[in-house]
Amino acid sequence: MPTTILAKRRLIPGKTSELVLDAPHIAAKARPGNFLILRVNERGERIPLTIADADPGKGTVTIVYLVLGKTTALLETLEAGDAILDVCGPLGAPTHIEKTGTVICVGGGTGIAAMHHIAKGHHRSGNHVVAVIGARTRELLLFYDELSAFCPEVLVTTDDGSVGRQGLVTEALRDRLAADPGVSEVVAVGPVPMMRAVAETTRPFGVRTTVSLNSIMVDGIGMCGACRVTVGGQIRFACVDGPEFDGHQVDFGELCARLGAFRDQERVSLEKFHECRCHDHKKA
Amino acid sequence: MTTKKPKPSPRTPMPEQPAAVRRANFSEVALGYDLSMAMTEAARCLQCKKPACVKGCPVEVNIRDFVGRLATGDVDAAYAAIKATNSLPAVCGRVCPQEIQCEGACILGKKGEPVAIGRLERFTADEFAARSACEQITGQPDCALARDGITAACIGSGPSSLTVAGYLAARGIRVTVYEALHELGGVLTYGIPEFRLPKAVVAREIAALKDSGVTFVTNWVGGKTFTIPELFEMGHKAVFIGVGAGLPRFLNIPGESLIGVFSANEYLTRVNLGRAYAFPDYDTPIYPGKKVVVLGGGNVAMDAARTALRLGAEEVRLVYRRSKEEMPARAEELHHALEEGVILECLCGPLAFSGDEKGFLTGLTVQRMCLGEPDESGRCRPCPIEGDTAHLPCDLAVVAVGTGPNPVLLNATAGLERNRRGYVVVNEETGETSLENVFAGGDIVTGSATVILAMGAGRRAAKEIARRLLGRD
Repeated sequence: MPTTILAKRRLIPGKTSELVLDAPHIAAKARPGNFLILRVNERGERIPLTIADADPGKGTVTIVYLVLGKTTALLETLEAGDAILDVCGPLGAPTHIEKTGTVICVGGGTGIAAMHHIAKGHHRSGNHVVAVIGARTRELLLFYDELSAFCPEVLVTTDDGSVGRQGLVTEALRDRLAADPGVSEVVAVGPVPMMRAVAETTRPFGVRTTVSLNSIMVDGIGMCGACRVTVGGQIRFACVDGPEFDGHQVDFGELCARLGAFRDQERVSLEKFHECRCHDHKKA
Repeated sequence: MTTKKPKPSPRTPMPEQPAAVRRANFSEVALGYDLSMAMTEAARCLQCKKPACVKGCPVEVNIRDFVGRLATGDVDAAYAAIKATNSLPAVCGRVCPQEIQCEGACILGKKGEPVAIGRLERFTADEFAARSACEQITGQPDCALARDGITAACIGSGPSSLTVAGYLAARGIRVTVYEALHELGGVLTYGIPEFRLPKAVVAREIAALKDSGVTFVTNWVGGKTFTIPELFEMGHKAVFIGVGAGLPRFLNIPGESLIGVFSANEYLTRVNLGRAYAFPDYDTPIYPGKKVVVLGGGNVAMDAARTALRLGAEEVRLVYRRSKEEMPARAEELHHALEEGVILECLCGPLAFSGDEKGFLTGLTVQRMCLGEPDESGRCRPCPIEGDTAHLPCDLAVVAVGTGPNPVLLNATAGLERNRRGYVVVNEETGETSLENVFAGGDIVTGSATVILAMGAGRRAAKEIARRLLGRD
C-alpha cells in the first residue's frame, strides 16, 4: 500500500528536503540507527534512507534526503499529500545505546539529520550529548534547532566561518576530545571522507568511534551483498550487520570506490529524467 | 522366436525460440505445446497400473490421471487433477527438474524417452488460464467460502508459502502472506529470469490465490516490521515460515569486493525484480559486462550466465570446480546455455580477482583441477593440479556458489531451534518447528533446493495446519 507524505519541509531549496511519512507500522518499531528502503513509483529503484526521526504516537517517520540522483530528484517533485509507492522498514541493526556518560555525535551535510535520531537516543538514555555539526556555509547547515532542543552543547563549524567556528568538524572534535578525557563514544554520520577523517581524529584518543555507512543497497535485508564492506578484514553487510560499524576498522577506501560502481548509469538516468521533465514543461 | 517390442515413439519436441534470436531477448525460450502436440504426447503414456511417476513427484500430482485426461483433450479435467495437489502448475511445468523426478521414474524412459510430463503440465496450466477469461463471464469462479475466525500467516511469498496459502484457502482458512520485498513471488520473481519463467505466469498463479481469498501484504519484513509472537497476537492460529535461504555466499578470495563482482542474488535481483534489463526506462541499473565469468554450476549460475548474454556480453564463461557431469543444474538449463554460446571452463577453481587502480575488476585467476575420490555428496572431489593456473580477463563476475540462511527473521525469533548450518529444524512429518504452531519449509529448512521441493514441504506443513485448525487435512 502506498505511503502518504504528510508534510514536506525544504531545508535547502532544490537540494535537501525533509519528508514526514504516514507509516505507523514503521514508526512503532523504528529505533535510532535504523533506515528504510523506498521505491517512488512502479519503475523506480529501491534506495535506502536513514530514519531521521520517528513518532510512534503520531505514527510518523521522518526522512531527509540530498538530491543527488534520479530517485532523489523524483522525490523532490513530490509534495505533502502525494504518496510513495513502497516504503519498507525499519531496517538495519539499531544503534547500541547505553548510559555511558558523554557521547559526541558528529554530523556532516545530510548526515546531520540521520545523526539526529541517534543523538536523541543517547540523550533519552541519559547521556550528555555533544553535537558537532558542519557545513560549507550557514544556509546549508541542517538541524541546528532540532539538536539544540536537547543537546547541552552544539558545536558548529563552517568552511567560510559564516556561522560557528571556521574550519572542519574534525578540528572542533579534536579540541573537544583534548579538553575532556571522559568522552565514552564518538558517533559520526556524513560523507565518507568526513567519517574517515573523524575516525582518524579519534584514533589517537583511543575512544570508541561508530560510523553509519551509506553503501549501495538493493533489498536491504541481507539477500544480495551489494552493500558489503570490509570491517576488520571481514566482509560484513551494511544492511543487516550494520549500518553502524567500528570506524577504526572500516576500509573506507573500498567503500568509496564501491559507492562509485554505477556512476555512469546514475548520470544517464538523471540526464534522462531532466530531459523528460524539460520536455514536459515545454509541452505544458 | 521372440517378438521384439516396438521401440516407443520419440517425445514430441518443444517449440523454442532459436538460440541466435533468444540470446538477444528476455522472452521465454520454450514456446509451449499446442493442443494437438499435447494430445499426441499424452497419448504416449502407458497409463501404468502402479505409476512410478507419481512417486517421483514431491507434491504427489496424479500424473497418470491428468495425462490420461489430456490424451482425450479434456484440459479442464486435466487441470483439476493437477490442481488437486499443486498450487503452482504453470511454474512447476517450467522449472522442476523433471528428469530426476516424474520423468526420471517414467517406465518409457527405460527403453526410450519418458513422457514429457513437465511440458504437459505447463500446457495444461497455460491452456486452462487462457480459457478462464471466458469462464469468468459465463461460469462460476472456483472460490472456497472463507470462514471468518480461522486465520493463518505465511512469511515470505515464494513457492512454499504460496503452496501453504493455496492448500489452506481451499479449505476455508483465511491466509495472509507477508512479503518483505515490493513484489510477490519470492525467488520466482527476484531469482528466476523472465526468459525461463515469465513474471506474468507467476502473477497469474498469485491472482488465482487472491481469488480464493488469500491476502497479500508487501514491504513487511519478518523480524523487522513484525515478529512471530505479534502474528499470534493479531489472531493468527498458525504461522508458516517460508523465507528461503537468501543470504549469498561469497568465495572469500582476494579482490571479491572489486567493482564488477556481484553475488548472483544481486545480479539477478537487479535484473528480475528491478527490471534492470530495461534501464534507463526502469531506474535500477545493472553493470554491463563484456567479458563475463560466472562462478558455479547450478541453475542460478545458468540463469546468471544466460542473463549476461542477453544484456550484451561478448563472452560468458562458466567457471566450475568439477566436470560437466557433476553440474547440479537442470539438464535443460545447461543444454540451453550451451546452445546460446556460454563457454564452459570446467575443472577450474577461483583463486583471486584482480582489478585496476580505481577498484574495477579486470580478471580472475583460476586453479586447474582434476577429479579425485567422491566426497560426502557423492560427487568426485576436485583436486588442484599443482602449478597449473590460468588468468581469465573479465569485467564482470557473478558469484553463484550457493546461499545460506538469511538471519533477519531467525535472529529475531527467540526459541526457534536451528541446526549446525543455521537452518530451521522441523519435525519431518509435520513441518512444525521447535515453537508450537510455527511451521517452516523450503530453503530455510533444507538449504538451497528446488521450487518443487519447497512446494512439497509447504504441502506437508499445510496438511498438518489444516488438521490442527479444522480437525481434518
